[in-house]
Amino acid sequence: MTSPLEQKKIKIAGPSVVTANRTWDGIVVYRTAAKGWSAELSEAAIVRNSDEARALLAESIADDVGAIGPYIAPVQIGEDGKILPGNLREQIRRTGVTIGQPAQV
Amino acid sequence: MYAYDEIDRTLVNERVSEFRDQVKRRLSGELTEDEFKILRLQNGVYLQLHAYMFRVAIPYGTLATNQLRALAHVARKYDRGYGHFTTRQNIQFNWIKLAELPDALEDLAKVGIHAMQTSGNNMRNVTSDQWAGVAPGEIEDPRIWSELIRQHTTLHPEFSFLPRKFKIAITASDHDRAAIRIHDIGLRLIKNEKGETGFEVLVGGGLGRTPFIAKTIKHFVHGRDILSYIEAILRVYNQYGRRDNIYKARIKILVHELGIEKFSREVEDEWQHIRNSSLQIDDEVIEDIRSRFTYPAYEKLPHMPDELRQAAADPDFEAWRKNSVAPHKVQGYSIVTISLKPTGGPPGDATAEQMDALADLADKYSFGEIRVGHEQNLALPHVAKRDLPALWKALDKLGLATPNVNLITDIIACPGLDYCSLANARSIPIAQELTRRFANHELANLIGRLHINISGCINACGHHHVGHIGILGVEKNGEEVYQITIGGRADENAALGTLIGPGVKFDEVADVVEDIVEAYLALRERPEELFMDTVKRLGVEPFKERVYATR
Ligand code: HEM
Ligand code: SF4
Repeated sequence: MTSPLEQKKIKIAGPSVVTANRTWDGIVVYRTAAKGWSAELSEAAIVRNSDEARALLAESIADDVGAIGPYIAPVQIGEDGKILPGNLREQIRRTGVTIGQPAQV
Repeated sequence: MYAYDEIDRTLVNERVSEFRDQVKRRLSGELTEDEFKILRLQNGVYLQLHAYMFRVAIPYGTLATNQLRALAHVARKYDRGYGHFTTRQNIQFNWIKLAELPDALEDLAKVGIHAMQTSGNNMRNVTSDQWAGVAPGEIEDPRIWSELIRQHTTLHPEFSFLPRKFKIAITASDHDRAAIRIHDIGLRLIKNEKGETGFEVLVGGGLGRTPFIAKTIKHFVHGRDILSYIEAILRVYNQYGRRDNIYKARIKILVHELGIEKFSREVEDEWQHIRNSSLQIDDEVIEDIRSRFTYPAYEKLPHMPDELRQAAADPDFEAWRKNSVAPHKVQGYSIVTISLKPTGGPPGDATAEQMDALADLADKYSFGEIRVGHEQNLALPHVAKRDLPALWKALDKLGLATPNVNLITDIIACPGLDYCSLANARSIPIAQELTRRFANHELANLIGRLHINISGCINACGHHHVGHIGILGVEKNGEEVYQITIGGRADENAALGTLIGPGVKFDEVADVVEDIVEAYLALRERPEELFMDTVKRLGVEPFKERVYATR
């Protein structure tokens, strides 16, 4: 999972979203079509070509107070239309660590 | 223990209110992330995959019980009830909210803890031997010098904007527990023929993308000259260090490119200009720092108390004692290492409850002092031998008596892809699986001393290059793949490991390690021949054959 933090050229191969971390608490968020941020991947705006991706990213970067470090991440769309993370890194970001936490209650 | 003076306390408090203001301005949008990033990094705040991460310094690994309780409090109140001890005598909290960070910093400042010098291109937390001041045979307490350097370099303008981060480690024992040979500057405290204190100075060590073992730049620098000598090194680095390329910016690259001879000539020239300046250290300054370190009022105790003699009949106690208890410089006392490597657990994590309970135990059995070591374990530095059985029982109840210190399950691992935004692959689940495979402590003892180090990317936070077995996670076509090296070591005979062959998949790593261990058990000449010695004697070939014969 090469870190996507240094995204220079924007070229997407399939459906993608813009994801970032919410500024005040750091949690994982996704850019929505309503120009906001949501913690639910199901509410993310889906982009399907590089122009759309570029536009969504530019708009996300401009909303610097809401969330930080936005980048484009791949997703998969299930048969039922459900949005799923496109790689292991994004899966871990969405569902949390794979290891169990020592003090999880 | 060390008592901070007024200057430090004021500085720490000022930093907290400054940061509170910065966070407020960030949240209101007055500061952009670009502007704020450097400010948060100066206060130990990174962004990870799931949240902000907050790194707190534990200078030279020494903690008082009120400080450990404050860390437990931060874990409980602002995080998810645990903290992660790192290889550089820091603790990291993985789930902190930016909006609450100023409060967390303030709570820590009350007990003299801060996050300065835990990130950014400055002088980092000066680390030392976690057994400093108590190890038998130690020349003198290296923390006095760590503290001197800490004071001199904290917020020093010349050291705050270096080409890259800068790490110093100090040891004063023959056996190097501070891994000085993989630091930018390593200092080995020694005495000259006249009995004067000074240092062998090593420079240019480091791991990451381009690993190097540090080279000796000067065999003896007198204690009084150590600040000017370090400053001379830093000036040469500041002058020539590559600021244009982050991968070439560390001092190790400069030392390598100039060659140690040329580099040392440059340093020598620079040093002659400044060595007789105000940087020369007066004896009073050292004595003042020395006087701030207090040592317990040890009792006169027998070498072999009855309590210990009786407990020796219990094989479980003995298994723990053999691996966790080390000799102390004072008769009747021991140094007790506390394993943060339970079977199936993430290496280096401790819960708030464990930290609090450990603070209580330290008050009861270790004169209120705890140490943090680079192996991601803790230690109680002054335990009376007669108290060992009682301490063991108490630790066992807390899940802190895993008898695996220095064994194959005492694994060093970085956070990897479960937490870290730079990661290529997961580290912690590999460690967890290995601790399950080798959970049988008899087997682990049979194998003997064997260090496994795991990093989730080439930044090498898990020191994989110097693991006896090193595991590096990389990515190949979207999949996690692990490269295995053997023969590395981090101590006084530091060496980089050798790759044994093509990378293996996530599910295969533990099998490969088992193969390597089986090969070792079959190849060693006698039980006392450690893994390292067998690798040294035979090279990597037999291990390679064993691992790849069936793959
Ligand atoms: C999860 C957040 C972390 C991030 C983003 C991070 C990032 C980095 C980076 C970028 C480097 C390489 C710097 C360079 O060579 O110039 C580095 C080195 C290092 N990190 Fe981390 N790290 C993290 C956590 C940790 C942890 C948890 C540990 C200890 C277990 C650790 C210990 C180290 C050490 C010892 C080095 C120096 C290795 C060397 O000598 O090159 N880091 N880290
Ligand atoms: S080695 Fe890489 S993956 Fe591991 S903590 Fe360091 S930067 Fe993250």
